[in-house]
Amino acid sequence: MNLDFSWMAWTWPTAAFFIVIALLLCGMGVWEYASPGGNPRVGVLRFETTRGDRLFLSLLGSAFIHLAWLGLVGPNLWWALALSVVYAIGVFRYV
Amino acid sequence: MDKTWNNKAWFLVLPVLVLVAFTAVIPLMTVVNYSVQDTFGNNVFTWAGTEWFEELLSSSRFWEAMVRNLIFSFIILAIEVPLGIFIALNMPKKGWGVPVCLVLMSLPLLIPWNVVGTIWQVFGRNDIGLLGYYLNAIGIDYNYVQDPFDAWVTIIVMDVWHWTSLVVLLCYAGLVSIPDAFYQAAKIDGASRWAVFRYIQLPKMQRVLLIAVLLRFMDSFMIYTEPFVVTGGGPGNSTTFLSIDLVKTALGQFDLGPAAAMSLVYFLIILLLSWVFYTVMTNYDAER
Repeated sequence: MNLDFSWMAWTWPTAAFFIVIALLLCGMGVWEYASPGGNPRVGVLRFETTRGDRLFLSLLGSAFIHLAWLGLVGPNLWWALALSVVYAIGVFRYV
Repeated sequence: MDKTWNNKAWFLVLPVLVLVAFTAVIPLMTVVNYSVQDTFGNNVFTWAGTEWFEELLSSSRFWEAMVRNLIFSFIILAIEVPLGIFIALNMPKKGWGVPVCLVLMSLPLLIPWNVVGTIWQVFGRNDIGLLGYYLNAIGIDYNYVQDPFDAWVTIIVMDVWHWTSLVVLLCYAGLVSIPDAFYQAAKIDGASRWAVFRYIQLPKMQRVLLIAVLLRFMDSFMIYTEPFVVTGGGPGNSTTFLSIDLVKTALGQFDLGPAAAMSLVYFLIILLLSWVFYTVMTNYDAER
């Protein structure tokens, strides 16, 4: 059987993007294995979040940071990436 | 007591994972791939980077569709939720009227979206439609094909007709679950009709109302079939919502790159709103 996936139009940048997401999920799996329970706590949002929630918030927020940067500043997204990393650290620390 | 660990159970989850991969993950990956490329067909793609996203974010057409979507959802919620509560409060709680009302309320929900659109498209026509013909006959200048206001009114009334029943049924389910003891206590205290509603019925309906608001917001924000069948997004672009704009771009113009970029932004907005509603609902449960 010859599987042809050319219609999916893979590129190295998009593949790298999905590999990073997959690695993050694997990392979360390892973290959960090492420290089960999801580390639930109540942070600045005043409701309980687990580390899975915090990863979701980090990724979703990062997507919006990149879009906002693209719309308001320009196509150079390295600063948006740096801002997203800072945001993710903030989410994991305080949310 | 020690838990029994059986990792073979993971194999039972495997079919769902495969199904989700084929129906959600692979299409989503493809959309991400398309959003940074351009194509003229034949599986030949050229790198476009963030061009489609830049174009989209500076496109007045996109933002106008977004504003229309938000206005539509707001109007729908503002009408359907109070109307649904009002009807549910006035439905019979016992006797033969209960099944009759429940069946009548369920009927619009059983009709497929495209059929609802067709019904209202014919119903509103000036020449053969019952509504359009008689509105014009009594002197009201109504033409949803040419007048944007009439088109909006038609779509809103159609959605109210189609989906208020859902809110009614959810509220009714909340109301019938209130024990009689609450009403008897209120009667002994001499509570007014408004006080009964404000302090007994509304708090008891809060949970189902939240679900109703969530469902109606998500549905109205993603609405496609009914307005597409009735107005096709017109007159002009007056009823072109995000979903209609997306399909026009992807299938009408075959601009897969811009359409993929628009899909991703639309997806992120839906994801954010779903998370907000989900969080509100789960925290409400936790507080209770």
